[in-house]
Amino acid sequence: MAGHSSGTNRGSHSMDKSITLPPDEIFRNLENAKRFAIDIGIRIPLIYTWFRLRHVVTISMLQEADGDPLYEISVQEEITARLHFIKFENAYIETCLDFIKDHLVNTETKVIKATGGGAYKFKDLIEKKLKLKVDKEDEMSCLIKGCNFVLRNIPHEAFVYAKHADSEFRFQTTHPDIFPYLLVNIGSGVSIVKVESEDQFERIGGSSIGGGTFWGLGALLTKTKVKFDELLQLASKGQHTSVDMLVKDIYGGAYGSLGLTGDLIASSFGKSATADKEFSKEDMAKSLLHMISNDIGQLACLYARLHNLNRVYFGGFFIRGHPVTMHTITYSINFFTKGEVQALFLRHEGYLGAIGAFLKGAEEDNPNQYSWGENYAGSSGLMSVSPDLNPMQRARSGTFDMLEMDRLERQLVNLPLLQDPSSYIPDTMDLTEDALAREYWLYCFEEALDGVVKRAIASQPDMPEAAERAEKFRQKYRHKLQTLRNQPFAYGSLTVRSLLDTREHCLNEFNFPDPYSKIKQKENDVALRYYLKVVKSLEELSWEQRQFALVRGLLAGNVFDWGAKAISDVLESDPEFGFEEAKRQLQGNTETFYTQTIRGGPPHTCALFFVDNSGIDIILGVFPFVRELLGRGTQVVLASNSGPALNDVTNGELQILTERIAAMDPVIHSAFKEDRLTLVQSGSSSPCLDLSRLDKVLATVVRERQTDLVIIEGMGRAIHTNYYAMLSCESLKLAVIKNSWLAERLGGKIFSVVFKYEVPPKH
Amino acid sequence: WRNSKTSDKNNNCRLIRASCGRNGRSKGGLQKAFRSPLGHGAGIDGLHHNHHLLYDPQASGSPAKRCRLRRRVDSLKKNRPPFPWFGMDIGGTLVKLVYFEPKDITAEEEQEEVENLKSIRRYLTSNTAYGKTGIRDVHLELRNLTICGRTGNLHFIRFPTQAMHRFIQMGRDKNFSSLHTTLCATGGGAYKFENDFRTMADLELLKLDELDCLIHGLLYVDSVGFNGHPECYYFENPSDTQNCVKKPCCLDNPFPMLLVNIGSGVSILAVYSKDNYKRVTGTSLGGGTFLGLCCLLTGCETFEEALEMASKGDSTNVDKLVKDIYGGDYERFGLQGSAVASSFGHMMSKDKRESISKEDLARATLVTITNNIGSIARMCAVNEKIERVVFVGNFLRINTVSTKLLAYAMDFWSKGQLRALFLEHEGYFGAVGAFLELLKSSEEP
Repeated sequence: MAGHSSGTNRGSHSMDKSITLPPDEIFRNLENAKRFAIDIGIRIPLIYTWFRLRHVVTISMLQEADGDPLYEISVQEEITARLHFIKFENAYIETCLDFIKDHLVNTETKVIKATGGGAYKFKDLIEKKLKLKVDKEDEMSCLIKGCNFVLRNIPHEAFVYAKHADSEFRFQTTHPDIFPYLLVNIGSGVSIVKVESEDQFERIGGSSIGGGTFWGLGALLTKTKVKFDELLQLASKGQHTSVDMLVKDIYGGAYGSLGLTGDLIASSFGKSATADKEFSKEDMAKSLLHMISNDIGQLACLYARLHNLNRVYFGGFFIRGHPVTMHTITYSINFFTKGEVQALFLRHEGYLGAIGAFLKGAEEDNPNQYSWGENYAGSSGLMSVSPDLNPMQRARSGTFDMLEMDRLERQLVNLPLLQDPSSYIPDTMDLTEDALAREYWLYCFEEALDGVVKRAIASQPDMPEAAERAEKFRQKYRHKLQTLRNQPFAYGSLTVRSLLDTREHCLNEFNFPDPYSKIKQKENDVALRYYLKVVKSLEELSWEQRQFALVRGLLAGNVFDWGAKAISDVLESDPEFGFEEAKRQLQGNTETFYTQTIRGGPPHTCALFFVDNSGIDIILGVFPFVRELLGRGTQVVLASNSGPALNDVTNGELQILTERIAAMDPVIHSAFKEDRLTLVQSGSSSPCLDLSRLDKVLATVVRERQTDLVIIEGMGRAIHTNYYAMLSCESLKLAVIKNSWLAERLGGKIFSVVFKYEVPPKH
Repeated sequence: WRNSKTSDKNNNCRLIRASCGRNGRSKGGLQKAFRSPLGHGAGIDGLHHNHHLLYDPQASGSPAKRCRLRRRVDSLKKNRPPFPWFGMDIGGTLVKLVYFEPKDITAEEEQEEVENLKSIRRYLTSNTAYGKTGIRDVHLELRNLTICGRTGNLHFIRFPTQAMHRFIQMGRDKNFSSLHTTLCATGGGAYKFENDFRTMADLELLKLDELDCLIHGLLYVDSVGFNGHPECYYFENPSDTQNCVKKPCCLDNPFPMLLVNIGSGVSILAVYSKDNYKRVTGTSLGGGTFLGLCCLLTGCETFEEALEMASKGDSTNVDKLVKDIYGGDYERFGLQGSAVASSFGHMMSKDKRESISKEDLARATLVTITNNIGSIARMCAVNEKIERVVFVGNFLRINTVSTKLLAYAMDFWSKGQLRALFLEHEGYFGAVGAFLELLKSSEEP
């Protein structure tokens, strides 16, 4: 409890006022907060929504005229909702309330939802300070609501803790159906709750031996005015074997016939039943920790078995990110279930109660109807409060912790064509576990930072303060990279995708919503001029020649990628670098798909195509290919990003481009008109692709049209993610490796072609 | 004999069992013997409660048959193990010893009895305390027991495991090894101290599995009864402190039962028949934890002292109750305000720590450990679908706070589905089981 200076019990009202709040960081946008909720325990999470003004780039079609760009770009403001979560020690509550009072100007709300044991204690204080009515909500139902919310909306929310593994945190892909599960909440006591659906849950048991027992008994035994964290720290230094009676103390060795090893604890504190021996504080604390953790683990197992549940989440202040308790609980669960049940922990465990209280207050906004996404730019990430960590991190984790969730415009669901949604992992490489790859990519992103900053400034030539904002962006992202270097697990598994997404989030944060908008515009413009020429030259080829040319074109188009450093350097220095040149650079052969499918089999009913870059890629690579598919009688669904990311084509841009192409090309025109060619948005604003979080409309279209071919294009979507994704229909993953390190890792050279055609096993 | 009929039955029983053993049993203990087809047919059932055999008109009928029986008794004498008859259970905290004192010693025998054997008998039976820490539980003595054709009293003695080396020393000083008796021992100490017995006192232990012994000892004592009274009891109205009374009962048809043995640690067994059981689980929060924590928290030194303090204390000054947190019942979950929400929860506060009494701390420790055992036992009973939960072990000795609390917990949380049963000889069944093994093992030719 850093900063809890009074040293008295947690209910003490003596507040530490000396702390100064870094307001723009912690309580940002507070002035427009709409709703509040608070969960008062030992650390207090407070949350509020803010309907933020977001800068978005919009494009609008211009009348066709020579010399004019094909569409106009403008920056507009859009209102979206964001949840802000702040967690602080309850010692700061008064300071924080004062701060909120001073800054809360525009709110219309009259009520603050409150939960947690302290809600009763601090009710008056809150009402007096904020002039808001405190509306108390049941603790447990808030907890469950919050738990459902994070499990549903935050990928990599749950993790398994493995103390001695390379990466301590092993994140779990969230099962599409989160129910049923068991929640073991270890506060001062223990509650064991079975959750069967959003509204249906039952406290099936509990125990009075919990965090309060550890704290209370620990303080008595060690005879010091200890804080909870200090007690854990003592425990982590102790040896329980001097206090506990082990099986070998009774048997001289193992109790073989029962399979009980000698080191097993036979009787906790069994050796301390003597008056003439002194025991160290550390040893007693350790023994106590083992005793309580084992006991809770055992009860949890008994309940899990009785109710036939194998997903067991642990939470409460006893756990709250403490490696020591996560380890002892994990150990206990493994022991009692012989590995059948895994102890799962949650990244945002400390926020559950507040989130639940908030959701109860926000029911009129229907928060559960939306999908939400974690904003990496504004979230602290998972902090280890391990006593072994360096003091700087400890101090930070001890004071304020933040989480921001953005409301997504669209509801996200699984791609119906995933072979096994519960085992689908989008990311190809887990950098949390692969230290070498982590080093490389962190270095890579750090290296590329200057270029990104330059690009951001250049994208807003009319705004003089752009440079200043870009500099802030640089600092923010560099800081994130630094954090991830130390704590790769901060936002779940570290992946190339999360690094890319974090960068996009940071850019957005400083109002660089689409740094590539102008480049995309220019490239689209240029590529459109060549479209008819390309189509014509393709038509002149024999059928077979044309098939190869189409695939080569598709791949060559994918070379034009500003996200890849090797390419952006070339494009930057040699603007004349052309489509033909790109084709010459390609390495590898591409015959499989055509020999196996197009030539042999009947045409597909419907192809879903996840597209990648603007410009040459989409216009000269993808569209001719789409045209060929349409010609075979295959319907085509083009899925593009909902929001901007790098130079990826967005759904908005693709609308305009398609109309332009349709105006030139009767094949596209009729297909578009007759809805044989459909544009859908992916629901994502990432250069990568998570097939478990896609726009609901996309999923519906895919199902309705009986999609039997999925094409995924580009490094971000087909290599960094989905390289190993198994689909229930034929799929084609294609990309050009524009990174020599990665090419080498995959056993090829730069500009090697990945052309992965897969047919699902027949039933 | 007050209960001559029963004793007679037992006598016959044992005869049949013994003859069986002689005929066909291999070395290796009760359990093995029970599992052999021969042993199963007569052995076990004969030993315990297959009472129909006793009424077998053929067995007790004609004079000729009675004569055959007498001859068997005589032949048995020759294969009886030599006195003294002991059974020992060396636990983590306490050593439990049962000693059979023959009361039917003939003058002839008396003369033959070697001096040190006589002195052992006199020493054990004329004292109720041995050294500083050894105690004979006189009130538990089983009188007029007929075993292997001999009649006598079974004595129950305990001393701390810490004094084990002094005990071995004594065995050496009394030249125990010259008696050529087999020392049947169970409990972890049988393994731990085996070498010490050998090197210090020239004694070989016959090591026996503690759970086998526990079950066999328990079933045996229950079958012979407690000097004419039932061995087993329960509490009537366990959820009503005013009207909660101890009631004797019979453990007839005891299977399946969940057997909860609370020693230093706790073992929980599901017992389906005499030789068919499994260890369901165990917990390290047991009697040793209660005493260990009490010693650290209050500076007491003995179990008796700890219990004495606990009996005067109030755990609600230490524990945080549901009503301390919610102001009353937590209705959403049907939790009563008086339920303990957090054991030692009040002790998070420095002020409360400073003003708390030792008695309250002792009481809270006792309640915490007891409730936890009750809760685990209840879950096991539900998981194993067993309604009868039998609590044994020395943690329950002179500990009505815990027995009543366990009875209450079983009843309340199961809404009357589960019943907690207790046994008068709570901690001695392992030692009795080891003792029974002595009689059997010595039957081998």
